[in-house]
Amino acid sequence: MGHEYKDYSKESCPSVKNILLLDSEGKRVAVKYFSDDWPTHSAKLAFEKSVFAKTLKTNARSEVEITMFDGYVVVYKFVHDLHFFVTAGDDENELILASVLQGFCDAVGLLLRNDVEKRTALENLDLILLCIDEIVDGGIILETDANTIAGKVAANAVDGAVPFSEQTITQALATAREHLARSLLK
Amino acid sequence: MAEPLVKKDDDRDDEDYSPFLGIEKGAVLQEARVFNDPQLDARRCSQVITKLLYLLNQGETFTKVEATEVFFAVTKLFQSKDTGLRRMVYLMIKELSPSADEVIIVTSSLMKDMNSKTDMYRANAIRVLCRITDGTLLTQIERYLKQAIVDKNPVVASAALVSGIHLLQTNPEIVKRWSNEVQEAVQSRAALVQFHALALLHQIRQNDRLAVSKLVTSLTRGSVRSPLAQCLLIRYTSQVIRESSMNMQTGDRPFFDFLEACLRHKAEMVIFEAARAITELSGVTSRELTPAITVLQLFLSSSKPVLRFAAVRTLNKVAMTHPLAVTNCNIDMESLISDQNRSIATLAITTLLKTGNESSVDRLMKQITNFMSDIADEFKIVVVEAIRSLCLKFPLKYRSLMNFLSSILREEGGFDYKKAIVDSIVILIRDIPEAKESGLFHLCEFIEDCEFTYLSTQILHFLGNEGPKTSDPSKYIRYIYNRVILENATVRASAVSTLAKFGAFVDSLKPRIFVLLRRCLYDSDDEVRDRATLYLNMIGGDGLVGETDKDVKEFLFGSLDVPLVNLETSLRNYESSEEPFDISTVPKEVKSQPHAEKKAPGKKPTGLGAPTTGPTSAVDSYEKLLLSIPEFAGFGELFKSSAPVELTEAETEYAVNVVKHIYDGHVVFQYNCTNTIPEQLLENVTVFVDASEAEEFSEVASKPLRTLPYDSPGQSFVAFEKPEGVPAVGKFSNLLKFIVKEVDPATGEADEEGVEDEYQLEDLEVVAADYMLKVGVSNFKNAWDNMGADCERVDEYGLGVRESLAEAVSAAINILGMQTCEGTDVVPSNARSHTCLLSGVFIGNVKVLARISFGIDGPKQVAMKLAVRSEDQAVSDAIHEIVANG
Repeated sequence: MGHEYKDYSKESCPSVKNILLLDSEGKRVAVKYFSDDWPTHSAKLAFEKSVFAKTLKTNARSEVEITMFDGYVVVYKFVHDLHFFVTAGDDENELILASVLQGFCDAVGLLLRNDVEKRTALENLDLILLCIDEIVDGGIILETDANTIAGKVAANAVDGAVPFSEQTITQALATAREHLARSLLK
Repeated sequence: MAEPLVKKDDDRDDEDYSPFLGIEKGAVLQEARVFNDPQLDARRCSQVITKLLYLLNQGETFTKVEATEVFFAVTKLFQSKDTGLRRMVYLMIKELSPSADEVIIVTSSLMKDMNSKTDMYRANAIRVLCRITDGTLLTQIERYLKQAIVDKNPVVASAALVSGIHLLQTNPEIVKRWSNEVQEAVQSRAALVQFHALALLHQIRQNDRLAVSKLVTSLTRGSVRSPLAQCLLIRYTSQVIRESSMNMQTGDRPFFDFLEACLRHKAEMVIFEAARAITELSGVTSRELTPAITVLQLFLSSSKPVLRFAAVRTLNKVAMTHPLAVTNCNIDMESLISDQNRSIATLAITTLLKTGNESSVDRLMKQITNFMSDIADEFKIVVVEAIRSLCLKFPLKYRSLMNFLSSILREEGGFDYKKAIVDSIVILIRDIPEAKESGLFHLCEFIEDCEFTYLSTQILHFLGNEGPKTSDPSKYIRYIYNRVILENATVRASAVSTLAKFGAFVDSLKPRIFVLLRRCLYDSDDEVRDRATLYLNMIGGDGLVGETDKDVKEFLFGSLDVPLVNLETSLRNYESSEEPFDISTVPKEVKSQPHAEKKAPGKKPTGLGAPTTGPTSAVDSYEKLLLSIPEFAGFGELFKSSAPVELTEAETEYAVNVVKHIYDGHVVFQYNCTNTIPEQLLENVTVFVDASEAEEFSEVASKPLRTLPYDSPGQSFVAFEKPEGVPAVGKFSNLLKFIVKEVDPATGEADEEGVEDEYQLEDLEVVAADYMLKVGVSNFKNAWDNMGADCERVDEYGLGVRESLAEAVSAAINILGMQTCEGTDVVPSNARSHTCLLSGVFIGNVKVLARISFGIDGPKQVAMKLAVRSEDQAVSDAIHEIVANG
């Protein structure tokens, strides 16, 4: 029973194997891998190529789409010329993955002020990379709420004055209130 | 970032415009010099870091020197107060994954940030530091991490908790000390903190079943806020359910109510997680399944593809074990056949194929035919496999299913797809006698135009076995001979063998086959010519090998009774001499092999790619070694050599393991010794064996090892006499004796004078299984029936309380040391009874078969009924003796 136990513990925390943002030709805009399943650069490129080819002809514009191959579940969504992907092992809860992907897409939308296309994404690559960094840490889901993610990234922007949706402001106020409480309690 | 990295005014129309157009590593590394400016331009620095990250992201790599330079330059940026720049610095440090001595450089800066007033700094500094740190540094920052776990700011707490999850892999003893803080964090009001805390707490306690059970008990009562945390709780609950037994009186499952309540949760991910957990419960009843199936059925008609996919995938799995429970969903499922998402459509089809009844087969096949043309090969394979099992379920429908298979066989497709179809046809031919003639005919048609050599040869082989037994074998000859004319050498050679089989088994065809075979004597390929010559001579009458027709056929077409790998090693070791190679000297024992099929549970090695062969055996090399020692030459034929048994702990001064060599009247222990101390040379190494607890054994010879230098293994032997043919058992204690001499490490020269010394080794046992060779049989039932009940002995035994049925089964297999047949060593998880088929050769070369039926009751009392058949009543009794004493 011993080893079986260990296997389950591995599965017990939902985990993401990679987050990919490709352009309409399958080229990288930004990618992040959290797994040793693809040890080399060429293995990673091969995976991106096949995931891109397998999903290219599908219509993933209105709803998050899903496919399964080579023992992985991939959820994906296309916005303009950008293809968003989140990959996990084939045992993962599909709806959890979809929430990660949705968080990623929507946060990018907020950060790029709805101008979601390759050109803008590259011009704001720092925001995209920070965004991925705020969603998953070493395979473990950090945050899936788009407003929170975008809020965390935006707080770091160089000029620090990028306005976001109303919710973010409320959130910012909430954090401010917590700061206050903390210093009062000390 | 507000400002683009490159001016873009005049590039507007260019589709391929990119701010990184023409970017070059060398230039960017030059630019990185701005990091060293006394007056830092934060925006400029950020841009350069972004460029560096872009390069890394595109797969560019930095040399060690470049990475170090960038790293040191980046550390300078901690001087800047700009928050955005700091964030990029964090990202860059993580990407560079600095070495241990580089980590020290940033440690103090990061520790300062960890205690900063800015929460964003704190959270990120924790994540960066934990990512790059090693164990020693961790103890320094442990105090801060513990505080951070219970920090008011959820981002800081989450950062510390997630870092804890990662660190638990490398520094478990440190992270385990944080239990109290983590437990407090589980109660956090922030959804994600609760999720991360629960994940960490469970990982800390995962080896303590009781603690996990308590955790689940308390949390299932309370309110977990975050949907993600709720999903975790469902997983942990399933785990607790899996490990606890059902309440026998009421038939209630602990925590089932909790799972069922989760089906009414507001978050879809939680509903689905719970439904999936219920369907995966071992021994789930249909009453328990119903509510889960109902919510999954609702998901089937959702507008979201992910929901439909998740539901149909789960139902597909349920259909394998509980097809009836899924039939209610069939109407929703049928509408999914036309789903835009082909993965969903395939899953729907295969589920329908599993749950469909006989009357719906024809309708389904019509729908599938339209569907097959526009899906990928991998989906087609899934469909083919589902159709195969459907056909085995409804043999009367074989005609329409076989027609379907043959029609898709004619269409375009890759190797794996074609192989799946051919495998399915082969299985149908084997299992449904009526399907045989039409199936063979489809295969003949297929090889007329088959681009895969492997499939052609496999089909030809199969035709040779099955064709001669049909009502009109002559009609296959044309297809086979066409291969001889049209194909490559490999296919031609196997076509020649197939022709020969028809000639050997169908007398009326013999003269015509001979004409065809004679034509093959002029083939351009030597293998083809050789085969034709062999067959013509052997079947042609004046056989050299056997007297009778039967012997000839056995020689030509019979199966090899030795594992191929063993034959290969024996042939490699054979040195050409006067003595011809004798196949009877090839060991028959199948070495235990790692479970190659574990990856695909439930997939039996059926179809053409029939049985697997074991790995190379070490037996031959042992035999050679032992024959070279005159003292052991008179012991006769070596019956068996055990796997090495370690007699020392790992990493001790002297490493010793022993191999037990079993002869009819002797046992030889081969002690493999290794000296791991460079400053020592051992001489005259012997093993002093105390056999006082092994009464039937008496020592007859001992062969010391003259010298044992550092790191160059050698062997010492001790031989015992024992009663002939008797499976004598006993326990031996071992003491390693030797003379030790100091070695000067500088010159490598040993002292003249040595000191006698000894070293205690662990005990060694000779057990009954040592007298049993693992030799499998391909068809257990035939072997069992052929052996007959003359020397059968049946008895029943109680095994007391065991951990599980599987544990009892594997214990019994180990005690007997026999080969399990037909995969009966695998016990289904919820089985209450199990039958295990074993075969082997007992000392004295007596074939033994055993059939053991196990049963387990509520309090885990296991009983077994052992039936043994062999060629010798004494041996059958001896096997029972082993069990009775084991």
